[in-house]
Amino acid sequence: MTFYTILFYILAALIIVTTGLAITRRNMVHTIVYLVFSFFGSAMLFYLLGAPLLAALEVIIYAGAIMILFLFIIMMLKEEAPESRLFPFRQWLPATLLGFAYLVLGSLLVVSADPETGEPLQIATASPAMFGEYLFRTHWLAIEIASLLLLIALVGALRLGRFDESESRKAEDAS
Amino acid sequence: MTDVLESVKALADGFATTFKHLFRKPITEEYPEYKRPLPVRSRARIILTRDPNGDERCVACYLCSAVCPVSCISMQSTERSNGRRYAAWFRINFGRCIYCGLCEEACPTSAIQLTPNFDHCKREILSMVYEKEDLLVDHCGKDPDYNFYRHAGISTAKRDKGEHINEFKPVRVKSNLP
Amino acid sequence: MVTWIAGMLMLTVKLSLVLGVLLFLAAYLVWAERKFLGRLQVRYGPNRAGKFGLLQPIADSIKMITKEDIVPTAADPVLFMLAPAVVAITALLMFAVVPFGPAVVLWGREIPMVITDINVGLLYVFALSSLGVYGVALGGWASNSKFALLGGIRGAAQMISYELSLGLSLVPVVMMARSFSLVDIVAAQADYPFIIFQPVAFIIFFISAVAESKRIPFDLPEAENELGAGFHMEYSGMRFGLFFIGEYVHMQVFGALLAVFFLGGWHGPLLPPVIWLLIKIIVISLFMIWMRGTLPRLRYDQLMTFGWKVLIPAALVNIVVTGAFILI
Repeated sequence: MTFYTILFYILAALIIVTTGLAITRRNMVHTIVYLVFSFFGSAMLFYLLGAPLLAALEVIIYAGAIMILFLFIIMMLKEEAPESRLFPFRQWLPATLLGFAYLVLGSLLVVSADPETGEPLQIATASPAMFGEYLFRTHWLAIEIASLLLLIALVGALRLGRFDESESRKAEDAS
Repeated sequence: MTDVLESVKALADGFATTFKHLFRKPITEEYPEYKRPLPVRSRARIILTRDPNGDERCVACYLCSAVCPVSCISMQSTERSNGRRYAAWFRINFGRCIYCGLCEEACPTSAIQLTPNFDHCKREILSMVYEKEDLLVDHCGKDPDYNFYRHAGISTAKRDKGEHINEFKPVRVKSNLP
Repeated sequence: MVTWIAGMLMLTVKLSLVLGVLLFLAAYLVWAERKFLGRLQVRYGPNRAGKFGLLQPIADSIKMITKEDIVPTAADPVLFMLAPAVVAITALLMFAVVPFGPAVVLWGREIPMVITDINVGLLYVFALSSLGVYGVALGGWASNSKFALLGGIRGAAQMISYELSLGLSLVPVVMMARSFSLVDIVAAQADYPFIIFQPVAFIIFFISAVAESKRIPFDLPEAENELGAGFHMEYSGMRFGLFFIGEYVHMQVFGALLAVFFLGGWHGPLLPPVIWLLIKIIVISLFMIWMRGTLPRLRYDQLMTFGWKVLIPAALVNIVVTGAFILI
C-alpha cells in the first residue's frame, strides 16, 4: 500500500461520507456545505490522478460558482426546515429504484471493465496545454453544442429577467 | 469619451486632494498632553462653594436633591444655634450624575455649581460617591460677590428678617391669616 | 530517503518563513493603514503604543486573543466557527504558488523559491478565491442576524460577479506567457513587465482585485453606515481577528498577484528579488489604502452595473484584441 493509495482511500471516504451527509441533512445550508466538501474531495482525487486542470476547474466551477449560487438562492428565500419526511413515499420509490439500478450497473461496469483500468493510481500528468489541444481538436463539435446551449440559456434568462415596462406602469397606476 | 475623461479627471482630483493632505500638519489635539481650556460654564464635576466671608453657602434646602433627575444628590439638614441652616452631610453619587446642571439652576444660594473639570473618573465605582468634604471648596466659584444672607434669611446687626434688599416679610407659618 | 527528508525539511522552512512574513506584514499593514489613513485625514493615527504606535499591532492582537469569544445563541454554531477560518485559510493558501525569486542553489541542491509550482497555478488562485466567498456568505448566514445576512448576500453576489472580470482580465496574460504557472509567467516578463502591453487588463484586474478583497470603494458587504459591520457583525475576539487577518492577507496576495502578472514579479534591478517583490506588494497595498482614504463607497446597483456592463465587456474585448495581435 503506497502513500498515494492511502491518500486515495482517505479522499474516497471523505467523498462518500460528505455526499451521504449532504443527502440526509434537513438544513439546506448544511447540505450545500457538505456538497462543497464532496466536490473538494473529488477535485483532490482528480489532482491525485494527475489532472490538476480538472481539479482546479472542479473547484472553481462546481464548488465555487454553482454551489455559491445555490447558497445565494437559499439565503434569499426564507427557508423552513420541513418537519416530517421530505418527500412522500410515491416519490421515494422511483428514486430508490433508479439509484439501485445505477449502483448495479456501475458496479457491473467496473467489474467487467478492462483490468488495466482497475489500477486507478497510475500518475499520468496532462498539462493544461495538452488538455486544451485535445479538447478543442477532437471534441470541438461537442463544445460548440454546449456553448450554443449556454447561449440559449443566457437569452432565456435575459428574457425572463427583463423588466416589463408596461406591467410596471400598470402597477404604478393601480397604486 | 468626454464622460470617461471627466471621470478620470474627477478621480485624479480626489487622489490629488488626499495626497496634499498627507503633508498637512495634523489638527489633532493630543489630549493628556494638551488639555483644551473649556468655557467657564461647561458642565462637569460639581462643587459646593463658599460665600465671600468663607462660610458655607449651602443652606440644605433640598431643592437640588428634589430637582435631580437621577436622584444622585442626598443630604441631611441641620441648624446652627443662630438659626442658620447647613448640611450635616452632603453626598453626590457621580456614578449616577448626568451633569445636567439642574441642581445649579435650582440652588437659591448659588452654593452648588458645576465646573469644567471633567476628567475625574475612577476605576472603582464606589469611589465615585463624593462626600461633603470632597465637594466643598475654598472659593466662590462663578459667583464671586454673591452672599445669600446679605439679601435674605437672618436678622443681622443692621436689619431684621424681611428687611433686606428685595425681601418679602417672613411668612407666618403658624397662622392662616396673611 | 535522505532526499525526501531534505525536501520535507526545506518545505517546512519555506512554509514557516512565508507564513511568518505574511502574518507579520498583515499585522503591520493594519498599522500602516491606520497611520496612513490618519495622515490622509489630517490626524495622527495610532501613536500611543510604542514609538509611532509601532507596538499597536501587538497590543491589538493581545486584545483580540483575550477577548470573550461570543457565539450568539441563535447562530448555527459549527458554521459560525468555520466561516472565519475559511476566509483566513483561503487567503493564506493563495501564497503557495507565488514565486518570490529565482531558484537558489544551496549545498549543491537547487531550491525553487516558491512553495509549490503547479502547472495550473493561476487556476489554483481562482479556485481558492472562489472558495473564500463561502467564508463571507456562511459567516453572514450562520450569525442569524438580519444585517449579517444582508452583508453575506451582498458579499456573495459581489464576489462572484467580480471573479468573472478578474479571471477574464488574466486571459491575455496567459496568452502572452503561454502558461498557467506563475513561475513561467514571471519568467516571461524577464525583459518587459506585461503592464506595458496590457494596461487595460492591469486596470481591470486591479479594480476587480479590490472588489474581491472587499475594500473601499467596494466594501458593500460590511458597509458600516448601513449594515453595522455586515457579515462579521456578530463576531468577537479572535474570530473577528481571523476575518481581519484574511482581509489584510488578501491585500498582500492581490499585491503579489498584480506584481506577478503585470509588474514583472521579482524582476528588478540592483536589489535582491525577494526585496523587489516585497516592495511591489507594499506599494500596491499603500495605493489601496490611499484609495480607501479618497473614494466614497459605490451604491449597490452601480457596483453591479460597473462589474457586468463595463469590466466584463472590456475584458472580453481585450482578449480579442490581444489574440489578434498574437496571431499577427
